[in-house]
Amino acid sequence: MRYIPHTNEEIQAMLKSVGLRSVEELFSSIPESLLLQKPLKLPPPLDEQTLLGQLESIAARNHTLPMNRSFLGGGVYRHYIPSTVSDLIRRSEFLTPYTPYQPEIAQGTLQLMFEFQTMVSEIYGMEVANSSLYDGSTALSEAILMAIRIGKNRKTVLLPESIHPEYTQVAKTILKSFDEHFVTLPITKEGTIERSSLNDYLNPDLACCVIPYPNFFGIVEDVRDIVEKIHQAGGLVIFSVTEPLSLGLFESPGALGADIVCGEGQSLGLSPSFGGPFAGFFATKQTFLRQMPGRLCGMTTDNKGKPGFVLTLSTREQHIRREKATSNICTNQALCATQITLYLTLLGKEGFKKLAQLNWQRTEYAKQKLSAIPGVTLPFPTSTTFNEFVIQLPKNADVVLKDLRIKNFDGGISLDHWYPNLDNAVLVNVTEWNGKEDMDAFANALKGSIQ
Amino acid sequence: MSTPGTTGLVLEEGLSFAQSVKGRIGYSLPPSGVPENDPTAKLPKTLLRKTPATLPEISEVDTVRHFVRLSQQNYCKDVGLFPLGSCTMKYNPRITEEVSKIPGFANAHPLAMPEATQGSLQLIHELQQYLAEISGMDFVTCWPSAGSHGELTGMLMVRAYQTSKGNPRKKVIIPDSAHGTNPASAAICQYEVVTISSNKDGILTAEAVAGVMDEEVAALMVTNPNTLGIFEENIQEICDVVHKKGGLVYCDGANLNALLGIVKLGDAGVDLLHFNLHKTFSTPHGGGGPGAGPVGIKKKLEPFLPNPVIVKENSVYKLENRPQSIGRMKAYFGNFGMLVRAYTYIREFGPEGLRKISEMAVLNANYIRKALMGTYHLAYSRPSLHESVFSDKLQKDHGIKTLDIAKRLMDFGYHPPTIYFPLIVHGSLMIEPTESEPKDSLDQFIEAMKLIAKECEEKPDFVKAAPHTTFRGRLDEVKAAKELKLRWNP
Repeated sequence: MRYIPHTNEEIQAMLKSVGLRSVEELFSSIPESLLLQKPLKLPPPLDEQTLLGQLESIAARNHTLPMNRSFLGGGVYRHYIPSTVSDLIRRSEFLTPYTPYQPEIAQGTLQLMFEFQTMVSEIYGMEVANSSLYDGSTALSEAILMAIRIGKNRKTVLLPESIHPEYTQVAKTILKSFDEHFVTLPITKEGTIERSSLNDYLNPDLACCVIPYPNFFGIVEDVRDIVEKIHQAGGLVIFSVTEPLSLGLFESPGALGADIVCGEGQSLGLSPSFGGPFAGFFATKQTFLRQMPGRLCGMTTDNKGKPGFVLTLSTREQHIRREKATSNICTNQALCATQITLYLTLLGKEGFKKLAQLNWQRTEYAKQKLSAIPGVTLPFPTSTTFNEFVIQLPKNADVVLKDLRIKNFDGGISLDHWYPNLDNAVLVNVTEWNGKEDMDAFANALKGSIQ
Repeated sequence: MSTPGTTGLVLEEGLSFAQSVKGRIGYSLPPSGVPENDPTAKLPKTLLRKTPATLPEISEVDTVRHFVRLSQQNYCKDVGLFPLGSCTMKYNPRITEEVSKIPGFANAHPLAMPEATQGSLQLIHELQQYLAEISGMDFVTCWPSAGSHGELTGMLMVRAYQTSKGNPRKKVIIPDSAHGTNPASAAICQYEVVTISSNKDGILTAEAVAGVMDEEVAALMVTNPNTLGIFEENIQEICDVVHKKGGLVYCDGANLNALLGIVKLGDAGVDLLHFNLHKTFSTPHGGGGPGAGPVGIKKKLEPFLPNPVIVKENSVYKLENRPQSIGRMKAYFGNFGMLVRAYTYIREFGPEGLRKISEMAVLNANYIRKALMGTYHLAYSRPSLHESVFSDKLQKDHGIKTLDIAKRLMDFGYHPPTIYFPLIVHGSLMIEPTESEPKDSLDQFIEAMKLIAKECEEKPDFVKAAPHTTFRGRLDEVKAAKELKLRWNP
């Protein structure tokens, strides 16, 4: 029991000083009928060496392929994580402090929250950002809740089919007890939002329209016309960004007229980790600041006039407003946000741009290479994409993907269980992990698998 | 006296943005390796970004120094006692960090085929079973990302259950001692919150619950042990009262650290309960997350579990979407990295070890309670478990408030306890040492607390001006809220 320091002598001495004879007496306030008489039915304790071995053998049941042999994306991206990031994030001073409610001894965490807020605002092109939410999917739900609060009696929420399907599912779960109505906007043959479908909803009931940017198929579209229509009808525009690296190359949501921008931060320095923990990004215009959920760090001074940071605007939060709070969220993803801040500090202004360009260039190559395989087509051939695109196969996607696995490739994500109309379609992701040789080898393997 | 300190060498460190020098780089990127393809020439101009994001331009060395210097401004669990009531800040074993970085876990993509991620699914499935055994619940879902997300998941399940019985109902009963997230979570599910008071002993009575219980109440949300550290000894009767009128009992499991191997709340009649894995099962707090908030439920709530549900068939793990499910709570799966840490922690301790955790956590809390009784006012005299609540009542006459005591503690090298919570105790100081503190650490803390009490009498102005030895003095929170500065501007 190496994490419990007490010796038997100490236990006896402590019991004596509290006036008890046995450890059991510590629990005298619990009704006897509830006290367990038998030990819990759990596996026996393990020493560190055996424990590590057991965990390694469970991990080995995951057949994780090397990053450069994988082409999986879909909102979770395999970007290279510099050693500096993996090393510094393990410092105790980042790992083991509490939420910085006592600012005098938490300036490190607080300053990094402030830097994080600045970086998210800059990347999104927005005025203010919070210091993170759980992840991209719950951040979208919070954004919709916020839009409904701002819109008061407006209830219509427009969700294009091209949003990450699991994000849509989460929003529908979390907002289930509201009487808003979700409208699914269809997509065009090019995988973009069908503009004409908007017209029926441009009325005083419109609360918001969500714009996936890039969308689930990796497509980046110019949405200025949609933003204008929504604004004219008095609704809000929410951008949902699953791959923030795209904003190193493409116009920021703020410049396109977004009112709220939310999304996932995983691709900026966090490992895929089977889907979590990640960090939700969330930003808005100054006007809507007080309706924004989540933690905020603000700059101030101490009693000697030195600059410092504190958590602020907590009057919107659950620990003060209880059932009237803007959200029930109690914390942020501070450690993940710190890791992202580290990553972005290293990349800097130029690196962020160049990495985005590199991802785009390699993806264009892969797109060309794969679509040149006889039988493989691009269902959305003219759309602009970032580091992800859809290919259509001449035979069942799951069968092909399984065959590719035998050849040690994770070939992408089969789309048909989300989009039955996209028969045999696969979402392929390319990042800086996938070099030319990897892409060539993948194309060869795919050629074999569809024959 | 010697205490672990925060008064060592601490370096001033400005914002990274302010250190930016055009042309400095901290990154290294591979060459594209593919035929040259200039995006600015190929892409439509309207889609290209016009103003790049202003991120700092600093070297790797400067980045390392920036982060290391900032890290040194933080007080953390690994330097000393962190006696935060209800937050359970215990020591975090190194092995739990190590295992979460095993490539098979860290690199597992959530959208890979289930055949390729059997290890992750096995770990989650087994952890769900362990948590069910620990709490006396029938099923556990590991998907919620935090305690508050677990509460929301639980309340959505309450709503789905009640709706399936013909009426979602309108109200949720919550004691005045509850965490602020409880009423907020109930409100997001469109429930009206009915507040109920604890009695003079700091606990709920079945009579008080019966007084507000009717057929429009969907659930009672209770914390046990409650936020005063006291076991709700009437829990079984309370569950009976609620069940008789068709309501459900939700238990906030924030204080489970007191009950491992001692009591299973499921046996007391609780229908839903969330676990704060980052508290009881030792995920480092990270300065405010990430956490994980699995929810345990009784069989009658099984159809409503969030999707997808992991099922084991002939030693193969599969994902199942169920028709009556509340739906999906988060994209992909839970905060898997946190689940790996909790699983590892449980496996290291085993059944007797888990019980020992609670025994020592309660012993430590009572040791401090006994030692400080009389020096500080003890809010409730009922026996308490893993934490106890004091107040500033005995120091008030010298013009000293709880906040001053908390700030002065920093000068002695301690993170202050939880203050001004629970709201039902005026000027509360809630102390929870956890099991990982040795006796001498507790003795030092007690000595510091006693010294401060003496200072309150002898030099109150000095205490009111604390902290004196920290990197920053008392920070102006009013100014921060009034002159909002939430980001650096170029």
